[in-house]
Order: sequence, then structure tokens, then C-alpha cells
Amino acid sequence: MIDVAVVAFTQRQEAAISGESEVEFMVPLMEQAKASVGLTQSDMGFTCSGSSDFLAGQAFSFVMTIDGTGPVPPISESHVEQDGAWALYEAWVKIQCGGIDTAFVYGYGKSSPGSLRDVLATQMDPYYVCPLWPDSYAVEALAARLMLEGGHVSERRLAEIAARSRASAASNPHAVRSEPKSVDEILAEEHVLDPLRPSDLPAEADGGCAVVLAAGDRARELCERPAWIRGMDHRGDAHTLGVRDLTSSMSARLAAQHAGVADDKVDLAELYGPFTTSEHLLIEALGLDEDGTAINPSGGALAAHTMMASGLIRIGEAASRIWRGDGDRAVAHATSGPCLQQNLVCVLEGD
Amino acid sequence: MSSEVLQAPLVLEYPFTRSTGPVIGAFLTGLRDGVICGIRRADGTVLCPPQEYDPLTAEPLTELVEVGQAGEVVTWAWNGDPRPMQPFDRPFAWALIRLDGADTSMLHAVFAPSAAEMSTGMRVRVVWRTEREGHIADIAGFEPIPAVETA
Repeated sequence: MIDVAVVAFTQRQEAAISGESEVEFMVPLMEQAKASVGLTQSDMGFTCSGSSDFLAGQAFSFVMTIDGTGPVPPISESHVEQDGAWALYEAWVKIQCGGIDTAFVYGYGKSSPGSLRDVLATQMDPYYVCPLWPDSYAVEALAARLMLEGGHVSERRLAEIAARSRASAASNPHAVRSEPKSVDEILAEEHVLDPLRPSDLPAEADGGCAVVLAAGDRARELCERPAWIRGMDHRGDAHTLGVRDLTSSMSARLAAQHAGVADDKVDLAELYGPFTTSEHLLIEALGLDEDGTAINPSGGALAAHTMMASGLIRIGEAASRIWRGDGDRAVAHATSGPCLQQNLVCVLEGD
Repeated sequence: MSSEVLQAPLVLEYPFTRSTGPVIGAFLTGLRDGVICGIRRADGTVLCPPQEYDPLTAEPLTELVEVGQAGEVVTWAWNGDPRPMQPFDRPFAWALIRLDGADTSMLHAVFAPSAAEMSTGMRVRVVWRTEREGHIADIAGFEPIPAVETA
């Protein structure tokens, strides 16, 4: 295996970025990420992005953003219609193939012009489910009741997760939901979609992020303390809700095993749990010990949820903490699809 | 070089048809006829709605079986403020429903007057649309079966 590290990261998340298109707000972010390690687009061995035409409302919308990278002379690039974390996975594999020692990865989404909870119905089965337009809150509420009535989690535990996210988000300038609330205040909130309360829901945001990967000695030249990717794996559960056990996450557990999460202590974990219920399942599936591991020090997706970028932002948040020496070993997680259908787990370490 | 502008007619169209295949197609055709189909897996259990491939082993599945038109609510969520395009414009419950004779559940709407009328494990039955066209919405939704009838 070729050692690959995250050496640069920039992000922007706001409740709604109005007046700027995706390309317009991504250009400065992409430039800042490359400039922070003294590189330009022509230094990148490979470029990979994650975004969604369903949010942009336009076919091949990602092509305009590639133009925004400054792809002259012509570049080697690829795109995934998925969270940027999967674009990072592709770039990591590309570096493993040899011949390059840098890669540029970005992910972005602007969901505020539409209603994201409704748009996400289009990711469901196109014949059996999508025509009924169950929104993403409704779908998660079905899983939440199974978890609550089956004794897998309590409403208080969910409120504790929400309260912790709000407290952590207070020091995150990119958070869009960071006003503190006590567990009792959260439990007193009226249901949005019984049994889910407002604090159980993702904090929708527009934005994006950009990451630079570098291999071996190149990473050491570019970064004082590179965040080395020691293991990375992604797995998927069945698409159909009715055939899955919605009270656990088999694919997250498998991805964590193959990424080697349990091989050593975990100082911090950045988990992409859009709902409090998903964060609870992820802590269990990844086998994390909350006494020894700081869970979502950024506040996670409960503090800022940028579709198509939140997973890659988890990797960037975890890597930033390795650079700063806040921890030596971190886990970053990304998800995609309804009720944690697909999961990616990445283990990062400092020297 | 000629200054003449080249012109050609363009008709925007989708020059293809899309088949739903032998499994999803059979399920949808069944709905048109007021029948609900599942499909049997190698271990004898029945998936409803039917899938073309086993979700765990990826084996192709072919043995379609008819399942019941009533079943049990596996989980539910009260939708007090329905969104545009959802099955009802009045408050209703989303539910995963395991039909009699099936081992997995399908997502649909339950037309109950209030959340107080909903509970996990309750019995519901299908409400058919009169005009059916081979679409999941041929099932208008499900309605609670009164306890008297259940007993």
C-alpha cells in the first residue's frame, strides 16, 4: 500500500448561500485549499468531485465546476454522484494505482432552492416507494420508532446526542445550529414527525469543501503533521427498507471492521449521522467508546448538513485535528442513502 | 464559405420504452388486477414487494406468490402535515406493513383518523383505487381493521 495523507482542507457551510451559484462559491474554496499547500491545479495528479444534478436541477452540472478548477492544460478527473467522501475514496485508489503523488477532491451541494426532505424521496425505489413521496424525515421516523419501541435507544439518549452536538457546535464557525439547549428543553420540543423532534433533524446548509491528498514524502513536504489514511472501506445495505434491520447498521459495522477501527484507541470520531438516531446507530456499529473517544467535536451533521459534502467534511474535520495535535488517531465516517444505507469509514493517524 | 445557416428539424423525444421486467412488472400488473404478489427466496421466506435479486445473496429470484391483502404494521410515523404529492392531503400515518404470507414489509400510507388510532402490531387492510393502471398508487392506502373484526 502507498501511504496517502490528507494535507489540506477548506470548507464553507451556511444556512442558505443566496446570490452565488455552486461554481461561484466553490472557486474560492478550491483555490484556498490548493494555495494552503502551495500547489496549483496543474500540480494535481488526479481530481475527483462529488455533487448531485438533483440538487443543481441540471444535467452534468458538475462539468461547470470542473471548469472552475482551472483545468488548463487538460486534467485527469472523475466525478461521483455521491458525497465527496466517495470521491476521496476514488482518488485514494487512483494514487494506489501508482504514477501520481497528489490528488484534489471536492464536494458541494446547494439544496436551499428546493425542499431537501422532499427531493430525497427521489433516492428511494422508483417503482415501489418514490411515487408516494415519503420525505426523508418520514422515512427516518419509521426507523426511529422501531429503535425506540424495541428498546434500542431512549428518547433521552437521542436528546443527549442533540444537546452534545449543539454544545460542540458552539466553537465551530461553520455550524448553522449551535444555540445551546438542555436535554430537558429538547425533550419538551413538539414533534415534527412523531417520534422525531426538531433537534433530532439534520441542520440543512448550503456549501462545500475541498481536500488535497498527497502520498509519502510529498505529503511530508506539504504538511508538518500529515493525517495518514491507515484504512478505508465502504459497504452498502439493501436499498429496500422493508428487507433491512433498521435498528442496526450492518454495512457501517463491516466498513469499520475492514478499515481497522478497533485496531487501536480512537481519540476522536467525526460521524455523518444526519439524525440523532443515525448517530446513535453509528456509535454502536463502529464500536466506539464515548468515554475515550470525542464524538463529533465539530457538532456533526446535526450542526451543519451540506448534502454531497457532509461526509468529506467529516474527513477534513478529523484530519484538521490530527494536524493540530488534538488527537493521534481519528475515525471519519460518511453515509449516503435512506437510513444509513451506504457507509464509508476512514481511519486517520498522525506520526 | 457560404453564409447560409444550416437548419435541421429537431423533435425532442424519448425514443425508447422502458420495461419494468418480469418481477416488478408482474407486481404492478397484479395491482391493476387487485392482486398483491411477493417472491419466494431460497430459504422459503417471501419478499413483498418482490425483488429481482435476493438482497443478501444476490441470487436471481423467480417464484412469484400471491400474498394477503391485510397485514400488520411493523412501524409507523404520524404525518400530521402532509407534503405535496403524498398519498393523502389529510393527516395520515406512514407505515411499514407486513402483509399476511410475506416475511418483509412494504412502505405505504395508513388512513387513520389520528395518531391515537395507530399502534405497532395493529392490523390493516388494503384500500384499492377503483381505476387502476398498474402503479403503486393503485393501492390508495391501508385502513385499520376494527378489533371486533380481527377477533
